[in-house]
Amino acid sequence: MALDALLSRCRAWKHRHLLGMKDLSKEDILRVLSVAEACDSLRDEHPLKGRRLFNFFVEPSTRTKTSFALAARRLGGEVIDFSPSASSLTKGESLKDTARTIESMGVTFTVIRHGASGAPHFLSRLVESSVINAGDGANEHPTQALLDLLTMKMRLGRVTGLKVALVGDIAHSRVARSNLWALKKLGNDVTLVGPPTLVPRDLDAAITSDLDRALPRQDVVMMLRLQLERMQSGLFPSAAEYVRFFGLTRERVAALKKGAIIMHPGPMNRGLEISAEAADHPRSVVLHQVANGVLVRMAVLLLLSQVAR
Amino acid sequence: MILLIRGGKPGDVLIKDGKIAKVGRVSGRADRTVDARGLLVVPGLIDMHVHLREPGREDKETVASGTAAAAAGGFAGVAAMANSGIPCDSAVGVVYLLAMAREAGRANVFPVGAVSKGLKGEELAELGRMVDAGAVAFSDDGNPVMNSELMRRALEYSRMLGKPILSHCEDAHLTRGAVMNEGRVSAELGLRGWPNAAEAAMAARDVYLAALTGGHVHIQHVSAAETVDVVRRAKRLGIRVTAEATPHHLTLTDECLRGYESRYKMFPPLRSRADVEAVVEGVADGTIDAIATDHAPHTMEEKEQELAACPSGVVGLETALGVVLSIKGISLERKIDALSAAPARILGLKSRGRLEPGAEGDVTLIDPRAAWTVDPSKFLSRGRSTPFEGMKLVGRAVRVIVGGRECS
Repeated sequence: MALDALLSRCRAWKHRHLLGMKDLSKEDILRVLSVAEACDSLRDEHPLKGRRLFNFFVEPSTRTKTSFALAARRLGGEVIDFSPSASSLTKGESLKDTARTIESMGVTFTVIRHGASGAPHFLSRLVESSVINAGDGANEHPTQALLDLLTMKMRLGRVTGLKVALVGDIAHSRVARSNLWALKKLGNDVTLVGPPTLVPRDLDAAITSDLDRALPRQDVVMMLRLQLERMQSGLFPSAAEYVRFFGLTRERVAALKKGAIIMHPGPMNRGLEISAEAADHPRSVVLHQVANGVLVRMAVLLLLSQVAR
Repeated sequence: MILLIRGGKPGDVLIKDGKIAKVGRVSGRADRTVDARGLLVVPGLIDMHVHLREPGREDKETVASGTAAAAAGGFAGVAAMANSGIPCDSAVGVVYLLAMAREAGRANVFPVGAVSKGLKGEELAELGRMVDAGAVAFSDDGNPVMNSELMRRALEYSRMLGKPILSHCEDAHLTRGAVMNEGRVSAELGLRGWPNAAEAAMAARDVYLAALTGGHVHIQHVSAAETVDVVRRAKRLGIRVTAEATPHHLTLTDECLRGYESRYKMFPPLRSRADVEAVVEGVADGTIDAIATDHAPHTMEEKEQELAACPSGVVGLETALGVVLSIKGISLERKIDALSAAPARILGLKSRGRLEPGAEGDVTLIDPRAAWTVDPSKFLSRGRSTPFEGMKLVGRAVRVIVGGRECS
């Protein structure tokens, strides 16, 4: 598709920041997906020439940070990287001052990952650039949900009327929350699966602890990373017991319905929430998810650039 | 010195040499007359839960700024919690606080001593010597007394002194890392929650320890419906328990947190609508005796951070009266009682909280019809973080008289 046609599709966009799927309408989400699909055919176009993206990752990340950088460069933009260990954040400079200092160098997009839920919202009240949430605490990771939706659309042909199970550590998962809000808005049937210690009762979805019963009904099974580093002790007794009840083992893959796909936001704990057989199975779309990440991030940058100051 | 407050409701008040001399219709000469027509004349309000921060954290608040804020908000007296920068856990701390209050010359300060040395929750502080110096109650507020044995001994020992233990009810094992109320909103926002049970379970422990020891326990800042229930049942059983609630827990819910703004972060946290209704009902029927602000000033730099990093606590002295007067479902008489006579009763301030001959000359004049908008930049407190910023309120204090002297 020609760049002009693509940009004209971006004009209806209204949001200056991308803080969460909670803030997007169904139409907004479908627009991102359609622009993302069109981005695949862009070659040597530089609509973001002269624009800078500030990759502000206060928590470690490999794929998301690289994916944003790649997306910006493919559109002709520049990338400023932030590495916490070498920065003044460790010298006690506040989040506010660090962001504003970098921003004074002329930044269009601030992509932030932070351990505190709400950090991007806080930042969006203080800076002039467009803030993109690349993961905040246990709140949201909107571009992950968007790339998951794009993957479902490409593999299953639709993003509505699907049965989707999110399995594992829902309580600490921003991926689960962003997917939940987005999937519900698009009219999908979402089931949260996990032990009661890892699944909040108050979320608006079907909840079960019986993975074996839930599995055969699903079109999509999304395994969540068991976040050992965030877990306080006592939320489950042992890794072996977790695998017994909630691991996607070879046997459980065999119980999946025809055409169902296996997803995982990565990084995977092979042998824990997902077995090697499941991760590498033909039904697994894990690598497609990664590739689609660049496309949805290109789409998000193009859309926000319509409104960015 | 004779001061006459004339024309207010319920009547004229004559203050002579710092004490109330006559109430009702007063004729005769006065050194100074205050026109109170159209105003409510009530006993000097007492906020029994205030953090003055001094000594040690004068960047957050000082005795002078805190008592000026109190007077501006209509309070003739405040009970100062012990968790100042340097904890008030000995007679020296009590004496210092009273000296600073005298020097400031604004609202009265009633020192609350620590329950445990250094607020560490391990060893009993010198409660008796603090009473000698002028302490009116004991509390490790800011922290719970997690050790039940220490709480038991504190209640037993303070019985000898005739002073209450003010309890910050929080099971710290259940609240580690918490940012807000646990419930639907925290689940949606991905924030760690502070469940109602963390408060109610400790309140239940405390009332049974009061029953065991015969001591007087006062439950601070009640926020959960379950806690109201615990207090109500304990009172029916004749246990010596009293309680307080804050203006913010009487009005706001955890829905406020949806924008992740630090001015809504305080502990205990804002709860659900059902909890707010239960706390209002508790105040209305007297289960909750007092209304107190938990005025907890922090610096701008501290509050202007992401929610998980910023300290909990908001200011309350300069908004409490307007907020409380706006609450529906509690009578005006009960509101004034909860802000004056009730805290005086709980803290054993026998000559305060009433407008009667012989009582201290502490009086608050209220304009119940004054409409105003909360503007933190005008606060006399050093703290500026309030959940009521920008809110339109009706009713405010126009004057405070402390010991027969006009203080605002």
